[in-house]
Amino acid sequence: MSEGSSNDPHPYLRIRDVTKKFGDFTALRNVSLDVNEGEFVCFLGPSGCGKTTLLRAIAGLDIQTVGSIEQAGVDISALPPSERDFGIVFQSYALFPNLTIKRNVGYGLENRKTPKAEIEARVAELLELVGMPEQGDKYPAQLSGGQQQRVALARALATSPGLLLLDEPLSALDAKVRVHLRHEIKHLQHKLGVTTIMVTHDQEEALTMADRIVVMNEGGIDQVGTPLEIYRRPASPFVADFVGTMNFIPATVSGPDRVSIGGNEINVGEGLNGVGVGSPVTVCIRPEDVTTRDIVGSSANSIETTVDNLEFLGSFYRAQLLTTGNGKAKLLADFSINLIRDIGVEEGKTLSISLPESRLRVFEGSAKTEADI
Amino acid sequence: MLNKLSSFKMTKLVTVAAAAAFVFGVGVKAHAETLTVYTAVEAEDLKKYAARFNEDHPDIEIKWVRDSTGIVTAKLLAEKNNPQADVVWGLAATSLMLLGNEGMLQAYAPKGLDKLDPKFRDSANPPSWTGMDAWVASICVNTVEAAKYNLPTPRKWRDLLNSAYKGHIIMPNPNSSGTGFLDVSSWLQLFGEGGGWTFMDGLHENIARYTHSGSKPCKLAASGEIPIGISFAFRGAKSKAAGAPLDIIIPEEGIGWDMEATSIIKGTKKLAAAKTLVDWSVGEKANKMYNEGYAVIGITALAKPVEHFPPEVASKMIDNDFKWAASNRSRILAEWQARYDSKSDPK
Amino acid sequence: MSNAAALAAQPAASGIKPKLSQDDRIMRGFILMVGVWMTVTVLLPLYAMLSKSFENHDGVFTGIANYIEYFSTPALFYSIENSLFIAIVSTFFTITLAFIFAYGLTRSCIPGKAVFKSIALIPILAPSLLPAISFVYFFGKQGIINEVLMGNEIYGPIGIVMGEVFYTFPHALMILITALSTADGRLYEAAISLRASPMKTFFTVTLPGIKYGLISAIFVVFTLVITDFGIPKVIGGQYNVLATDIYKQVIGQQNFQMGAVVSVVLLFPAIIAFVVDRIVQRKQVALLTARAVPYEPKPLLSFDGIMFAYCCLIGFLIIAVLAMACYASFITFWPYNMTLSLKNYNFDVMDGGGWESFFNSIRMASYTAVIGTIIIFTGAYMVEKAKGFGAVRGTIQFLCILPMAVPGMVLGLAYIFFFNHPDNPLNFIYGTMAILVICTVSHFYTVSHLTAMTALKQMDPEFEAVSASLKVPFFKTFIRVTVPVCMPAILDISIYLFVNAMTTVSAVIFLYSTETNLASVAALNMDDAGDVAPAAAMCMMIVYASATVRIGHALLTRGLAQRTQRWRKR
Repeated sequence: MSEGSSNDPHPYLRIRDVTKKFGDFTALRNVSLDVNEGEFVCFLGPSGCGKTTLLRAIAGLDIQTVGSIEQAGVDISALPPSERDFGIVFQSYALFPNLTIKRNVGYGLENRKTPKAEIEARVAELLELVGMPEQGDKYPAQLSGGQQQRVALARALATSPGLLLLDEPLSALDAKVRVHLRHEIKHLQHKLGVTTIMVTHDQEEALTMADRIVVMNEGGIDQVGTPLEIYRRPASPFVADFVGTMNFIPATVSGPDRVSIGGNEINVGEGLNGVGVGSPVTVCIRPEDVTTRDIVGSSANSIETTVDNLEFLGSFYRAQLLTTGNGKAKLLADFSINLIRDIGVEEGKTLSISLPESRLRVFEGSAKTEADI
Repeated sequence: MLNKLSSFKMTKLVTVAAAAAFVFGVGVKAHAETLTVYTAVEAEDLKKYAARFNEDHPDIEIKWVRDSTGIVTAKLLAEKNNPQADVVWGLAATSLMLLGNEGMLQAYAPKGLDKLDPKFRDSANPPSWTGMDAWVASICVNTVEAAKYNLPTPRKWRDLLNSAYKGHIIMPNPNSSGTGFLDVSSWLQLFGEGGGWTFMDGLHENIARYTHSGSKPCKLAASGEIPIGISFAFRGAKSKAAGAPLDIIIPEEGIGWDMEATSIIKGTKKLAAAKTLVDWSVGEKANKMYNEGYAVIGITALAKPVEHFPPEVASKMIDNDFKWAASNRSRILAEWQARYDSKSDPK
Repeated sequence: MSNAAALAAQPAASGIKPKLSQDDRIMRGFILMVGVWMTVTVLLPLYAMLSKSFENHDGVFTGIANYIEYFSTPALFYSIENSLFIAIVSTFFTITLAFIFAYGLTRSCIPGKAVFKSIALIPILAPSLLPAISFVYFFGKQGIINEVLMGNEIYGPIGIVMGEVFYTFPHALMILITALSTADGRLYEAAISLRASPMKTFFTVTLPGIKYGLISAIFVVFTLVITDFGIPKVIGGQYNVLATDIYKQVIGQQNFQMGAVVSVVLLFPAIIAFVVDRIVQRKQVALLTARAVPYEPKPLLSFDGIMFAYCCLIGFLIIAVLAMACYASFITFWPYNMTLSLKNYNFDVMDGGGWESFFNSIRMASYTAVIGTIIIFTGAYMVEKAKGFGAVRGTIQFLCILPMAVPGMVLGLAYIFFFNHPDNPLNFIYGTMAILVICTVSHFYTVSHLTAMTALKQMDPEFEAVSASLKVPFFKTFIRVTVPVCMPAILDISIYLFVNAMTTVSAVIFLYSTETNLASVAALNMDDAGDVAPAAAMCMMIVYASATVRIGHALLTRGLAQRTQRWRKR
């Protein structure tokens, strides 16, 4: 995938055409990617998409079948993990249960014949860094999950690796701790400037933490971009569907830059890329981008709908709308509580909405996704 | 036979030496020379045998390797290609004949050979083995148990066919026990082939079970587990001395016997010391020592009666044809096994 | 992008040859060593034995001539039927008795469960000939309650079956307790809410739930019985079975070829049982991974009362068997002089091996425990944790569980053929302590290996990855983390090896030398010579030694648990 390569001529990590096969099963196909120094990159995708396989290939834990990986200008493709330069944190923490927190953190240092005093100072510094200066003499089992994961992080950072690999580090934790630790890790990474790759299946985690997100699907990379790019301009229906909530509305091309949704013609800007008139397309829009305030029939991209269902989700309402005209398309729209009250939206009522041109993505063909159901 | 299976020649001398050093090379201090002696003599007598020998020859230490007759024989055969033993002192003569057939014995005429009863030596000259004492068959009867079941005291082998004894007799399995085999071969010699098997057919009807070892029937009789055990006299005398209510019966027809015998293993590197031991083993002092347990010994003139040992033993010993027994051994055992060692036979 | 297009043109198809790290090389070296060990100590001896069964007395290949001879000799092949009969009957009784006992311990609310369980495990500490000897004193001609048999002989199938039931009871019990403890309480609640009768619940919920454990227990007991040598040897009388036939052929008649043939015959049922057990074990693992709510028995006076009475009865019988052996060993001359004395413990004046054999056993068991544990645990670690090398690891994994299918008698005989061969460079260990230790380690390899594997699989699989990333060699992590964390399993393995080395007879009966006589063999030989009471005394010495070590192990484990409680507790 061409998008995987950045234009930086000297990326810190340079992955080219990496394919990994387990017997007959291809876990990674032809993956290429650049990661720049100091960058925080998230591999995002559903389970089985190959994100962990790619991380383990980078670590040398499961070396790719073909393809090359360079780190800091050195070809590390065939090197065993012990000859690479990285620290790693696993979902299971993998803390040594019979060693104290201090000895866990200092584990890699002790082997390097570092003087004892130096080790102690470094361990103290790291524990301070992860906010646990008082816990050094405890054993892992005496700590909470979040604390254990901080220790694992400190241990991974102890030897000052050039690359930090995080394999679903937060998914074993409960929601609150997870949100809290997200910020801490991001903050720490920013402070230390260590190039970091994190694997996650949680899009929210990726969106909040990453400098760049690599969305993976079925062993390949679908899109690489900043969180905003990924969210705003998903490169494929898969990305659109996987990241955030998305409406997939079947439509037909009706003219230059115009499509018809059940007879309602709307402008889609330059998204059509020369798809011929009459071809089926899918128009995508996020529920929060659907507007209804001050919309009348003559407004740009307006469509008449009826409110089929209203769902209260705490800070907002999610409305399920049905377009009028021939063929009723389903459409989700998020409206604030104020707006619901002001306009008086209720089930069964007709509602004029607008699909702002700048917020639309159009994909060829009639995409069937889970969101259609 | 194990090693005979493999047609490999005796090579690996180094290995053998290493093995010998590894196994037996420890604890050689006080004595100038150590002989490895394989034996089936009862454990409680071994210390006495070595001590008496050392009274005359303190410079030779005896390293005993003791086990039952069958196992010692098997062990010697298994080690045929790299013998570990220097001397065998106290193993059944029939076993030694077997080893002789395999060419494993060193022929040697010890000093004082002429004093031995001719029965107590290999007929070849020089002999490959010399006898120590006779080991005679007998019937051990537990008088208390016999009275309990109203059993008459048997006087002859044929008395044992009386149906009153049904389930009250135990004898050793000749396939595993030397005593068992000497019983069977003596019956075949006494009663003839046909008569012998007929006798055993009848006896089998009364046998409760066959034991693996030869001494067990007498010990079982001694402990009252069975009223009658066909075993050997030496064992019976010992148990009687220990207080068992035993009668040791020497059947009138005559009794089978074997002897404990001595031989040098061919290939020993300590031939001189081995000869010294064998010389001593046929001497007067040794024979008097054998006589402490056994009534019939190699130098007949020295024999004195042994307590609890029936005095008529010597006269009842049959003229045992060891050659015949040895050469017909496998045929007899196969026949015995087919007749009696099968569950299919109703008892 | 142009960049990627250019790279795509490169011959990327050539696969990566991963460079081996120092760790990888060391681990592979160890794995190969384990492979060589298993080959030399199991495969080659078995091969030697197999080929011996196709040779005549002079070592010439004669095809299946020996087998033809075997199957045309009724005295020999009737033993197959006898062995199967004994094994099936004993298995039936053991499983029935052990099942009810295990049911009482897991599904009732009786008091003293821990005590009952400890008593039930006592037979493991004794050599299999102990119950046989004890039964002679109960049911023999001079036995104290021989009327119970109503004129039947204890010497024969009755005695063998009773002995085997005693001997295999704890083995079946442990498997059944595990199976019954993993029940899903929700199924029972469902059954109650559906108003199923207790009988129906038993057949539709309980039995299906423990099906695999039950099958496993059946085959374990079957294998133990059909391969056992001690009990039929002591109390079998005229009733020949395969294991005693091997002994008779080899020791009694020096017919090694026929011994090999009988061994091959005995190998068959053992291998079939082994294969079935392996299949079942695999399925059982899958079953256990399911999430379930543990079943909590509720007090029920009548049921608990019956169960308590039953457990008391079984516990009493087990203790009675042991107590009889103990009592008989102090009797001066049963039945004519019933005064108590230590005469039977004067082993040095008895044929068999003397006190030295007891200390030899202690030494042998200690070496086996220490050396065996090191080899087995390290081997299991390498096989479990090494990367790549799949085919070799798979093969070695198979080799490690193979010994379970090989009966002790067969292994011992195979060792004679292999190690006593004059051309074998390892010939020098023949007749030494070393061959006894090696044979015993191999004989009991599988269970120890599986214990080690279970413990290792519970370790976080990423420890090695973390160590590699921290550039710590794997063996440091092995010593500093794996071994301490697996210490309970390691102690279990060593105690298992020790106790089995103390009690085993079958494999070592062919391998001991006069220098290295063993207590269990001495007991067997003393019984063989008719010295039954001294044999009982020696068996009791073995029980005392095993029990002492077992209690020491329990204390050690408890101490360890306290010491490591801080990091283990969760």
